[in-house]
Formats: sequence, C-alpha cells, structure tokens
Amino acid sequence: MKLYNKGYIIAGIVVFIILITFPLWYGKGKSSPPTLSLDTPAIAQLKDKRCIEEKSFMRENHMKLLGTWRDEAVREGNRLYTARDGRVFEKSLSGTCLECHSNKEQFCDRCHNYVGAKPTCFSCHVVPGEVNK
Amino acid sequence: MTTNRREFLKIAGASTLSLIVPMILCPAWAKEKLIIPGGESPEAISALRTLKAKRWAMAVDPSKCRADCVDCITACHGVHNVPNFGNPKDEIKWIWLEKFAAAFPGENHSYLGESLQKLRLPVLCNQCANPPCVRVCPTKATFQRPDGIVMMDYHRCIGCRLCMAACPYGARSMNYRDPQPFIGKINPDFPTRTKGVVEKCNFCEERLVRGLGPACVQACKEKALVFGDLENPQSEIRLLLGKRFNLRRRANLGTRPQIYYIV
Repeated sequence: MKLYNKGYIIAGIVVFIILITFPLWYGKGKSSPPTLSLDTPAIAQLKDKRCIEEKSFMRENHMKLLGTWRDEAVREGNRLYTARDGRVFEKSLSGTCLECHSNKEQFCDRCHNYVGAKPTCFSCHVVPGEVNK
Repeated sequence: MTTNRREFLKIAGASTLSLIVPMILCPAWAKEKLIIPGGESPEAISALRTLKAKRWAMAVDPSKCRADCVDCITACHGVHNVPNFGNPKDEIKWIWLEKFAAAFPGENHSYLGESLQKLRLPVLCNQCANPPCVRVCPTKATFQRPDGIVMMDYHRCIGCRLCMAACPYGARSMNYRDPQPFIGKINPDFPTRTKGVVEKCNFCEERLVRGLGPACVQACKEKALVFGDLENPQSEIRLLLGKRFNLRRRANLGTRPQIYYIV
C-alpha cells in the first residue's frame, strides 16, 4: 500500500494530536489542588472527626450521595440516612452537610472552582450562616 | 490499492459490528458502580414522629375568620420563603384570600346574602385527589404521594407552566425572576426556589415529617382551619364534615379537591 503525500499526512496527524490533547498537558504542574479548610466551630467540637461516610467515598461520590438523598427525601419521603457505622443523619444539605461545613467558600467552593464544577444546589439551598445579614 | 465491492462491504460490516457489539455486551467498565453504603433503619424512622395519614385534607370555616386577618398567609409565606415581588402580575402565593364569587363561581348569584358576597375566604392548593397538574407535568416534577399530598420536586421543574394552565384554581405561581432578593427573611430550614420554577402549597409536608401540623393551621387563632386524616372516621375533620354542610371549589370539574369549605 502506497501512501501519497506522506510528509503532509504524518505532520498533519502530529499537529492534530497535539491540539486535541492540549487541555490534558497544558497547565499540568502549574496549579495544585486546593486545600480545603475543615476549620469550623462545629467540626472543632466533634470528638470523632468523621464525615457521614469515609473521606475517600465522600470526596469522590458526595454528589451522587446527595442526588440519592434528594430523590429519597423528596419523592419517597425517607428523610433519615443511617450511615454504614449506624449513625443517623437527616438527609439535608443545609441542615446536615452545611451544619459542619459552614465555611462553604473555603470548603465547597474552593474545589468546585478548581475543577470547574458549577453545582446549582446553592441557588435554592441556602447556607444557614449566610442568610439575613 | 483498489477496493472492490466485496472488500468494501466487508469493511463496512466489520465497522458496524464493532460499534454494536460493545453496547450489547455492556461491559463492566461502562456500568455505574456506586453503592451508597448506608440506608434505612426502622428505629431511626420511628424516632422522627412523622404524622401519617391515608388521606390528608383540610376543612375551612371562613365564618370564623376575622375581617382582614392574614395570619395564615403570613405564617405560611414566612416558613416557606415565599417571595414578594411587589406586583400582582408576578405574585407568588401559596395561600391567599379570594372573594366568594371568585372561589365559588358556580355558587354565585346576584341575590346572594351580603355576608357571603363580602366574604373573603382563604384559598390554597386543593391537593386534588385527581390532580390535573400531575397529569400534564412532562417531567413528573409534580407528583401525588400515597397520602394524597400533591407535591413538587423543584429539582425536576423545567418551568414549562403546563401545570399552571391545567390548575383550575390558580394555585400555582411561577418565579419569573430570582426570588431570593425578594424574600423578607429567609428561613434557612426550608429551601428557596430559583428562577424558572413553579411553586405551590405542599400541605406543609416538611412539617408533617417532624410531627407538626401545617403552619397556616397552627397560626390560625380562630381555629378556622382544620387539618386531618379523612380516612380516619374519628378524626376531627371527619366529624366536622359529617356535622356541617360543606362545599368544595369547582368540584364539578372532577378534580376531587380535598379542601372543604363550610359555608
């Protein structure tokens, strides 16, 4: 099989690959993941500093957990979540999550901004400490 | 290299198969793997003291209402973060006052007693047993619970307003603008709504969970509002409806409204 214009074609493929992988390598090493602050009064008072589930699970899957909570609480009326270790929590973003993580700007927003996530949760669910200033 | 017809068909067939086969086999890496570690526990649910019923309903006795009293409206709109846009076109209302002629157009005539003509009765979502809003909602954002409450899942509302067109009582309001700046004092225990979402009375579903009655019923000092389980023959509302003549708003439409007016 003979390839005509070999030089142009190979060069073209190389340029195409460089361009399409641009977002993957550009900026690599220039920024580091944000440090999330756990310094809130509610967390300071906790004897056992554990989130409702394991940290790694929460970090990866908090959005899916919240989505499940939303459907169960609103559509099925099940408003209590029993964690794997038996502790019971109300399925509430403002009431449970933000109770401890009351520093939304230093906790939620930092990471969301870093990864470019724009969750619409907070357009309705108010941060308890930030209302009625 | 020249491709003949036979070679071309072979390549085309192989390409098609390579696209279809993975979808049929549905490989393990394409499946959602998340398992939520926790769940429900019966002890936890009983600890909530949730009020339960087979069929929630409300009876309204407008003759008990004091003139110009808006206690029920203030209480409801405060608890539920209902905004006040300051103009009637954009008005959001969960419970409001309506003249008898507007609330009961079929029952109205020119020779009606003056007391009835002047009467302004509290009206709210009728929590219909045959709700037209639920039928028309294209996203199932509005749904009916087994206990009869017609509820909204604001997460799913796309703001199409079909429910507003379907509701014969005007019990649904659209947020044409972001409501948050127009809420007097935000109650952090209840979410606000966002722009492009329809809202309505939820029979205080969030308070029933905590063992409290609806906010309007609690706020009414004259006990003009009675809330309870219609399927329970011993309930206050059932005994009241058995004793006093009552009407439902535009019941001839077949929506089977569950707010009963004692007139």
